[in-house]
Amino acid sequence: MQALYGQLLVGLINGSFYALLSLGLAVIFGLVNVVNFAHGALYMTGAFLAWLGLSELGIGYWPALLLSPLAVGVLGMVVERTMLRRLYQLDNLYGLLFTFGLTLIIEGLFHHAYGNSGSSYPVPEALQGGTNLGFMYLPRYRAWVVLVSLVVCFGSWFVIERTRLGAYLRAGTENPRLLQAFGVNVPLMMTLTFGFGVALAGFAGVMAAPIYQVSPSMGSSLIIVVFAVVVVGGMGSILGSILTGLGLGLVEGLTKYFYPPAAATVIFAIMAVVLLLRPAGLFGRET
Amino acid sequence: MRTFASLLMAVALLTLPAPGRAAGKVSDGVVRIGVLTDMTGFYSDLAGPGSVLAVKMAVADFGGKVLGKPIDVISADHQNKADIASNTARKWFDENQVDVVADLVNSGTALAVMPVAAEKKRITLLSGPATTAITGEKCTPYNVHYTYNNWALANGTGREVVKNGGKTWFFITADYVFGKSLEADTAKVVVESGGKVLGSVRHPQSTSDFSSYLLQAQASGAQVVGMANAGADTINTIKQAAEFGLTPKQTLAGLLVFISDVHSLGLAAAKNMYLTTAFYWDRNDATRAWSKRFQSLPGNEKKAMPTMVQAGLYSAVTHYLQAVKAAGTDGADAVIAKMKAAPVNDFFAKGKIGPDGLFRHDMYLVQVKTPEQSKYPWDYYRIVKTIPAAEAFPSVEAQACPLAVKK
Repeated sequence: MQALYGQLLVGLINGSFYALLSLGLAVIFGLVNVVNFAHGALYMTGAFLAWLGLSELGIGYWPALLLSPLAVGVLGMVVERTMLRRLYQLDNLYGLLFTFGLTLIIEGLFHHAYGNSGSSYPVPEALQGGTNLGFMYLPRYRAWVVLVSLVVCFGSWFVIERTRLGAYLRAGTENPRLLQAFGVNVPLMMTLTFGFGVALAGFAGVMAAPIYQVSPSMGSSLIIVVFAVVVVGGMGSILGSILTGLGLGLVEGLTKYFYPPAAATVIFAIMAVVLLLRPAGLFGRET
Repeated sequence: MRTFASLLMAVALLTLPAPGRAAGKVSDGVVRIGVLTDMTGFYSDLAGPGSVLAVKMAVADFGGKVLGKPIDVISADHQNKADIASNTARKWFDENQVDVVADLVNSGTALAVMPVAAEKKRITLLSGPATTAITGEKCTPYNVHYTYNNWALANGTGREVVKNGGKTWFFITADYVFGKSLEADTAKVVVESGGKVLGSVRHPQSTSDFSSYLLQAQASGAQVVGMANAGADTINTIKQAAEFGLTPKQTLAGLLVFISDVHSLGLAAAKNMYLTTAFYWDRNDATRAWSKRFQSLPGNEKKAMPTMVQAGLYSAVTHYLQAVKAAGTDGADAVIAKMKAAPVNDFFAKGKIGPDGLFRHDMYLVQVKTPEQSKYPWDYYRIVKTIPAAEAFPSVEAQACPLAVKK
């Protein structure tokens, strides 16, 4: 039973990562209407920038937590302004293909420059060590990850669903022309939203750097799971992706306890069932 | 039209190289070595460009010529795909006059190229792949497996760690053929040496979060946690084991870990781990001298010390070129006979290549140093024990190689 508590807690930790990443995807899909396949690569970029900052410039973890997502966000906005924007009037599929190609290029560049084994990012000093909870040893850094993800996720949800700015954003997706007529600069808003979405990926990257090996392929192993989370939650549903991320993390944790070899597939099995019964996802709206 | 086509055919046939390659000479006026390796994927740091560099270094040290003819090195990326590997090798043999294919990291590519080479009577010099079957039931007459194999790693680490007091084991195993066979091989040795296996857990390949598996390893109370996985999976296991406080109460045993992995992890995460290796750059004066030369080569952009795969490849190619010289030809039959007849004695290893093609030499059980113990860059290992060749590798009889049985 003790082991089960441990696995549930680990599931919650992983779930908060899923939530953080799928939130960015949901924001981009829900508000900009792009299926951003480059999310994993940008998450990796965030982690790499944190590592580069530390090893080349001596920038520590705390400033990196702000600077790295900022840099990823700016990169995203440049991509959106110069390239992605041209695809808005076309089918979703073009955006998906474009961002997929972008992923290959970004990963290839990092691979060429830094090799495949990657590098190790130390846990910041203030968060080293851990506490023995009786049923498991909880590293302090993991507790921090859960806390921060929850704050960021629900903060973003609040801004988008409950404030005037959020209302503009949602109106922009519903009817951009009408919103523009009211004097809102819709294209700029789209750029900023896309920038915010990918900055979330960069942020998750910095959060992940001390836990996982920082390597060019770290994003590609996660992105598929995150997409499954978004599909189960309902494409574009902010709250759906947060809750589904946490929930599927827990389910995965349980699977690792009861039948470990199925841990990698259980999420996709759930996705298949959800698509059969509720094609719009658990929290999605039928259109 | 028909006659024209048959004429064309005849001309084409005439210009093809003669099937039985002339003995007593260097075919096509050049000895060409093709390095077929993983240039960009999972194994590119432990083999890859460094392997190509090691081969070029061996050729340069040999003087660039053998029997008065130039030695040429070409290379290609097999992308860890068996079909690409065998197609490239076939093209190299048919069109590029390649005499020997070197490295072939990743057992799948090695097992795909070996039969092609045997059919065309060319030599394969394997340094990167691990599967024991290469010189077992899948052995071919023109093949040399030089640096290490799974058997050597499982036996070295399993037996010696038990002897050093690590009696109880728990395995974290990658859930595919490679991981399962590595776990089975090691568990067998652990039990034979008087140890006990308390349990194991299987994880899917390319997992990024190992915390739940590590919790199970922790709960088992085993003294040693054996990692029967590879590459990024092993690296993430080690990193997170330190985070979850497994060490120092429990000791990690890496069953397939290279110095490039330790380098990328850093000593803080990898410290005190046991592993078996064929080569460590800081073992003696000869290994140091060679490795520092390798490190300072202009092509070595990251100034990385050689892995055992790269050092082994240098030694293998040198041994091959000496055999060509001794045989007075680059014909595969004569050269492979010389390679198996003459003992190897250089900075890399002392030993002999058996009739099954396996090079049996000493292996080393090492323990990764702590950051405090490490005094200079790449000062990573403490050699715990030299495992003599006879114990390090399976005997010819134990290998199910049909070639060896016939003799």
